[in-house]
Amino acid sequence: MVLNLSVKEVRRALSARGSLLLVKSVEGIRYGEVVEVTLPSGESRVGQVIDVGKDVSVIQVFGGVSEVNVDSIKVRFKGETLKIPVSLDMFGRIFDGLGNPIDGGPRIIPEDWLDVNGAPLNPAMREPPSEFIETGISAIDALFSIVRGQKLPIFSGAGLPHNRIAAQIVRQATVRGKEERFAVVFAAIGVTYEEAYFFIESLKKAKNVENVISFINTASSPVIERIAVPRVALTTAEFLAWKHDIHVLVIMSDMTNYAEALRELSAAREEVPGRRGYPGYMYTDLATIYERAGKVTGKKGSVTQMPILTMPDDDITHPIPDLTGYITEGQIVLSRDMFRKGLYPPVDVLLSLSRLMKDGIGPGKTREDHYQVFMQMIAAYTEGQYLRELSAIIGAESLSERDRKYLNFADLFERRFINQGENERRDIETTLDLGWEVLSVLPEEELKLISVENIRKYHPKYRSSVRASVAADTQAG
Amino acid sequence: MARGKILRVSGPLIVAEGMEGSMVYEVVLVGDESLIGEVIGLQGDRAFIQVYEDTSGLRVGEPVEGTGSLLSAELGPGIVGKVYDGLQRPLSVIGEIHGAFVSKGVKLPALPRNVKWTFRKSLDVKVGDKVEGGSILGYVQETPILLHKIMVPPGLSGVLKELAPDGDYTVEETIAVVDVGGGEEKEVRLMSKWPIRKPRPYKTRLEPVEPLITGTRVLDMMFPVAKGGKAAVPGGFGSGKTVLLHTLTKWSRTQVNIFVGCGERGNEMADALHSFRKLSDPESGRPLSEKAIFIANTSNMPVAARETSVFLGVTIGEYFRDMGYDVLMVADSTSRWAEAMREISARLEEMPGDEGFPAYLGSRLAEFYERSGRVVTLGSPERVGSLTILGAVSPPGADFSEPVTTNTLRYIGALLALDVSLANRRHFPAINWLLSYSQYVETVAKWWERDFRDWLKLRNEALRILQRESELMELVRLVGPEALPDPDKLLLDVAKMIREDFLQQSAYHPIDAYSSPEKTVLMLDIIIRFYEEAAKTLNEGVPLSKIREAPVISRIARMKEVRNEEFRKVHEDIVKEISDYFRKLRTGELSGS
Ligand SMILES: Nc1ncnc2c1ncn2[C@@H]1O[C@H](COP(=O)(O)OP(=O)(O)O)[C@@H](O)[C@H]1O
Ligand SMILES: [Mg+2]
Repeated sequence: MVLNLSVKEVRRALSARGSLLLVKSVEGIRYGEVVEVTLPSGESRVGQVIDVGKDVSVIQVFGGVSEVNVDSIKVRFKGETLKIPVSLDMFGRIFDGLGNPIDGGPRIIPEDWLDVNGAPLNPAMREPPSEFIETGISAIDALFSIVRGQKLPIFSGAGLPHNRIAAQIVRQATVRGKEERFAVVFAAIGVTYEEAYFFIESLKKAKNVENVISFINTASSPVIERIAVPRVALTTAEFLAWKHDIHVLVIMSDMTNYAEALRELSAAREEVPGRRGYPGYMYTDLATIYERAGKVTGKKGSVTQMPILTMPDDDITHPIPDLTGYITEGQIVLSRDMFRKGLYPPVDVLLSLSRLMKDGIGPGKTREDHYQVFMQMIAAYTEGQYLRELSAIIGAESLSERDRKYLNFADLFERRFINQGENERRDIETTLDLGWEVLSVLPEEELKLISVENIRKYHPKYRSSVRASVAADTQAG
Repeated sequence: MARGKILRVSGPLIVAEGMEGSMVYEVVLVGDESLIGEVIGLQGDRAFIQVYEDTSGLRVGEPVEGTGSLLSAELGPGIVGKVYDGLQRPLSVIGEIHGAFVSKGVKLPALPRNVKWTFRKSLDVKVGDKVEGGSILGYVQETPILLHKIMVPPGLSGVLKELAPDGDYTVEETIAVVDVGGGEEKEVRLMSKWPIRKPRPYKTRLEPVEPLITGTRVLDMMFPVAKGGKAAVPGGFGSGKTVLLHTLTKWSRTQVNIFVGCGERGNEMADALHSFRKLSDPESGRPLSEKAIFIANTSNMPVAARETSVFLGVTIGEYFRDMGYDVLMVADSTSRWAEAMREISARLEEMPGDEGFPAYLGSRLAEFYERSGRVVTLGSPERVGSLTILGAVSPPGADFSEPVTTNTLRYIGALLALDVSLANRRHFPAINWLLSYSQYVETVAKWWERDFRDWLKLRNEALRILQRESELMELVRLVGPEALPDPDKLLLDVAKMIREDFLQQSAYHPIDAYSSPEKTVLMLDIIIRFYEEAAKTLNEGVPLSKIREAPVISRIARMKEVRNEEFRKVHEDIVKEISDYFRKLRTGELSGS
């Protein structure tokens, strides 16, 4: 790219609306380039050119420009796209959504300046993620296992404990057989101050996390800055992963606030709205965020993403969770029903899914019976759920003996298998053995999805000696 | 050639002035970095251009240069096993040279220029023969399982003046010279080019009468797709579109498979690339990648190139069809392409139609699906080839009434409707048997009935049972299953058997992932026989509880795990066990046990 060194400037804007500024074009403005906007008050804001025309160009200003006198706005064009300084000194630090320190510490000394939009990963250079992350949470490890390099969001609802679950995952996550520690990059997007700091505090306590870098845009920070936060956070994560071989987990909360900001911006630009008022390009826009995860051939680090979003009205078909689910590699869905029953973690087992699970489990990774136990538990739980509904209508007494066993299974599955303590860590063997225990309330011939060999090897009936010790372990753990 | 200047930049759309003389769909080079774009509209001397690379950094006034040519695919040896982006740039080569991230402005040829291919000339043509587009001049064994036929490009005909001897040639070396008359001669090389938006010609279109054997039971038995047919696979997220399309491109009995990942996940492409190299073709034992081509324009890559990726895939498909091969091309997902169309259309400030999609959404989809077909190709020797197209559709909120799904339904011959609620219950493939249909059933039935007389009968009976099940389930929800009469209870048992022991098929099971036609038919045959025998026995007064104790039920539940080769034998055994058991029940021999 030819660098244009002469700095361009305009000394007044034509009009300002919300976060958009219209200016008379000066020669050589680049599409997508960054500008520095100086308001009449002397305050300065960062902006980006989003439409370049021969006469007029449009600038999107982070922080907004409403109610200012356009005649005395100054705009300086920087000639390049939005870049942030990155360095290993960022560990332990807290920044705003544009990467400026807000913890009272010094500015960081940049090791590099990186474009916040990143560059798309060449799909031919991706390494399929396959390293199982043991979170110690039975529901996740057994039923929607996470692997390094995956993007797996939590779909939550107002008031559900997504933060506690995410914090538990961070505290407990390990990759078997590896001593490597990992870093967490946390992006708070329009959440409350308390929520943001709950996270930062609980991350500090996690022993396995080497370091945490936080980017905070709270509910009271400028809305438009929310467009930048996830990109700034991911740019930092990529720097750690691809340049410094670090395994990075990126937690972004709450992506719903991000999407709302996108909608606001689109409305300001007077674009034709798509479904429920969200812009038609929201899928692509979200993809440029979520796709920034993975493993790369020849590189040691990885970027794993765990975005958190709240489903408006608990509706999974709402465009925000819907488009997210279309991009991410599965989803952990929280259920208000389970929450009301007092179960933790209150996951909706049937709606949750990990698309990369199959590559991360099995012999040598978790255990040979893992996939079958998982499928069998889901099948049995589905049947149990159906029978619950049925027995609510026709009464449990009119169910057959087999059906009542399924009801019993569904209960045990929820109370013993899914339910666990917020500080309880179960290793994958304990989890799978527990799975066998609850499955064993069903007649053996119902376990159609499990091979005969695995039944012989793992069914409590055939390993009664082991069973007692497992039970003891479970209690201890 | 036009030489203009950028007037405006708005995302992937740019407007240039001074472009008189350019044509719609002409390729242009945009800006100082020569980004690739295509003219999509002209107005006076202004050209509206969609740019296939990231436009950040472009300035008003930068040059825009016409090339005089249409966006074309390079066709020739070296194409198989490759992964291309929507502009047919070889992504693995780019990765080796430029590292892990896709940078813009990269120009690399689709086919390697320095590789020499062993060319064997055809024994059917000799110098002095009249040849025409499609005539086969010779062969290159591109991979152990793919014989690449070198054809005279369509549109060229005349007298063969020279034909190169057997030997090693690069794709750019001349292997034949054709005297096209009027003193003009044209050279033929191993490589040719074809504009991606233009369908390749053929001699005549044939009715699709042969089924595409996929190894997926619910397709082969219930909702078959014919070779040369077209089908859509709509479904909400997580319903199994991608896994189904991967599975079909892996195991379908075709000579060439093309997978287009259009606006979807990068990791899925990586997974496909890796697994196609690891898995072997059931017929030849060779890696699947030796007959596959991948086109990857993932969701984070430039949106405009989603359209080119789809048309590139079809063009490559037609090229192999013209060799006389059966080709399967799948696009995952056509919705992402439609969304790109919507985005460009909005920037052009065109009148938005339904949900903001442009009015020409339907006609674009039609252009795409219409390129499927079973044809007699041009040129000699005479041959028949087919291109089957399967497109995934990703309806927002899994709502099939949205524009992309409804428009697609107008052009396809089979609908494989994926159902999120089945997927949530882990019933895979989650094809809803009540919503799906295939217009190819009657036509392909004849092919099946040559080997399996009862194919259609079994299929219809199974569907009837499933249909009846859904009616009965409405009742069960009100009164419970115990209130039903025994014959209905039996039907529910059998419907469950069809669903769980026949329709469900794990894409990851080492044996069950590919079910041979024989295994597929015989599996259903077992279940229907079980039903007939059981119904007869029930009718003769034997209690249902006895029928439910039949040990053969658990054998049926595990018959998926039987290898294709061993299935005929197992079928015989099970059928015998069924008839023995029920006969004994009827005669009372078993009543005491
Ligand atoms: N045939 C199948 N066998 C086993 N699992 C499947 C099958 N089809 C889908 N799945 C499961 O469903 C998940 C989602 O499927 P996918 O094809 O990615 O859905 P979509 O493309 O519709 O979003 C997969 O990751 C896998 O776990
Ligand atoms: Mg998919």
